[in-house]
Amino acid sequence: MMEAQKYVWEGAIPLQIHLHESEVTTLPPPLPALILAPRIGYLPLLIPHIKPHFNSTLPPGVDTVWFEYKGLPLKWYIPTGVLFDLLCVEPERPWNLTVHFRGYPGNILIPCEGEDSVKWSFINSLKEASYIINGNCKNVMNMSQPDQVELWHSVFNGNLEAYLKVSSKLKLGTAGHEYSANLNSGSFVSRQSTGDTDATGQVKTGRVPVRLYVWGVSEDFDDLEDAPQIDSWDKISYINRPVEIHGEEGKCFTLLDAVKSLLPEHFQYKSLTNEESSKEEGEDEQKVPSEEGGENLSEDVESCYPSDNAEVKLVRIQGIEPKLEIPFSWVVHNLMNPEHFLHICVCLKVSQVKIPSDG
Amino acid sequence: MDISSWDGTISLAEFHVAARALVEKWKRVSSASPPWSWVSCPKQPWVASHEVEGYLSLENIILVSIKEEHDELLSFPQKEETSCSDKEESIDIATLVQSQSDRDEICYYDLHIVYSASYRVPVLYFRVYYSDGEPLEFEDIKKHLPAHSAKTLLDSKWTFITQEEHPYLKRPWYKLHPCGTGEWMKLLFQGDVSLARNGAAIEVYLISWLSFVGQVVGLRIPYEMLNQL
Repeated sequence: MMEAQKYVWEGAIPLQIHLHESEVTTLPPPLPALILAPRIGYLPLLIPHIKPHFNSTLPPGVDTVWFEYKGLPLKWYIPTGVLFDLLCVEPERPWNLTVHFRGYPGNILIPCEGEDSVKWSFINSLKEASYIINGNCKNVMNMSQPDQVELWHSVFNGNLEAYLKVSSKLKLGTAGHEYSANLNSGSFVSRQSTGDTDATGQVKTGRVPVRLYVWGVSEDFDDLEDAPQIDSWDKISYINRPVEIHGEEGKCFTLLDAVKSLLPEHFQYKSLTNEESSKEEGEDEQKVPSEEGGENLSEDVESCYPSDNAEVKLVRIQGIEPKLEIPFSWVVHNLMNPEHFLHICVCLKVSQVKIPSDG
Repeated sequence: MDISSWDGTISLAEFHVAARALVEKWKRVSSASPPWSWVSCPKQPWVASHEVEGYLSLENIILVSIKEEHDELLSFPQKEETSCSDKEESIDIATLVQSQSDRDEICYYDLHIVYSASYRVPVLYFRVYYSDGEPLEFEDIKKHLPAHSAKTLLDSKWTFITQEEHPYLKRPWYKLHPCGTGEWMKLLFQGDVSLARNGAAIEVYLISWLSFVGQVVGLRIPYEMLNQL
């Protein structure tokens, strides 16, 4: 059971960080800094490791550090792994980022005062998650000072064991959590849930903290490397809305169910069998890229018929594309970030992509 | 609505009802002051459009700075060339000003009320800027806030008012933390038996909420707003 969580916590993105040319004052220009960034971490936390590398070449002045990928300023409060999954559809290794020490884009990015800003952003997200799960933030607000420090340090250092020890005091078990125990040994096939598998007899309802990042493409692509680059935050819809689980007898709430509930417009659910749906609408609409031997999503979307104007191209969580029929509770329990949010990147193919005219 | 078992939170649909009620009543009661308006949000084609999404907006207003020792409400004749000059022609409780900043200038507030799906309550977002549009530094905003807010800020720097991304405008705005909202809304309504009885709780929810939350930034609600329907 611990396996998946361990992999997530140990996951890291190799970064190659280049100083922006406008801030290079020496010749030859400094080499880029190479650093492994924890997936569950945040970019500003890397600054103490990066700065020494460029110190001698920086122009005089006060540091206001920010990162950028292909011209897009990176939002520092989004976990590094999520930024990578979202902006680097075809994973780039190492991921080439540009760092700036001057000229903070304060009209786009919230100010960052270093580790403290990141820590409080994390804690506020944790409070929000706690509110979603329990209906109040009391457990987080009442944390002792030492516990709070311990919690933050465990995240900062990527120490899963320490994290689990402190976070268990918060009692943030999510709805449907019972499933995870049942699935420890089995394969991830949809299973019928019976009333008596749950020892406590609870109804499996509740709210789950989810942050969804959705972007659309108007032209189909078969290879990830042909996917268009996201060059503006306006192209991404950020949906910070909890998934509501209403435990239904005999039904397992899957990852697909969860995504559907947040994007209902594009999933007209019809109870068609696999054969029926593909015959009626033709094979083309159901095809999804699977050339790299990655997850084959086609059988998942066939049972849920996408509406005319959208098709799910990609659902990526912690760098993987899980089969959509996996029970959602397992996904949440194992792939969530330390602040108890599950971050999901979704790419939809739509017939027409409209970009709002103002920024 | 069963007040006794209610947790003080509202659904998105209820927020819309409450928002309409606020807009209408505000217009009726204080027609001289700038109106709250509903701003609908255009969405990407892939986001659910069957749900109306938007927020309440009150922009370009000047707020009184309340001193704890005594209330000094001065009228300040407006001679701005900007478009907001029309709105400030008549004196209204919400727009009286007392100049305090070092820059000795009037500063303007934009207030947005946005629904939070996580907390299931309204959340206040605001920004403060000078007449030329330049945003105030946080230190200067603190000077403009009522004294009790400034004190709370000192005690809870990171958890009371924070800068966050506006959910719709995607720009940095100040936000009032919604953690306790459900609880004190429940308390507010439990104290008022008549509300529970006539079932008009939702209609006055936002107005009651605003009368509470507005105090943080110094927005005063005309007394008539708080009368029962």
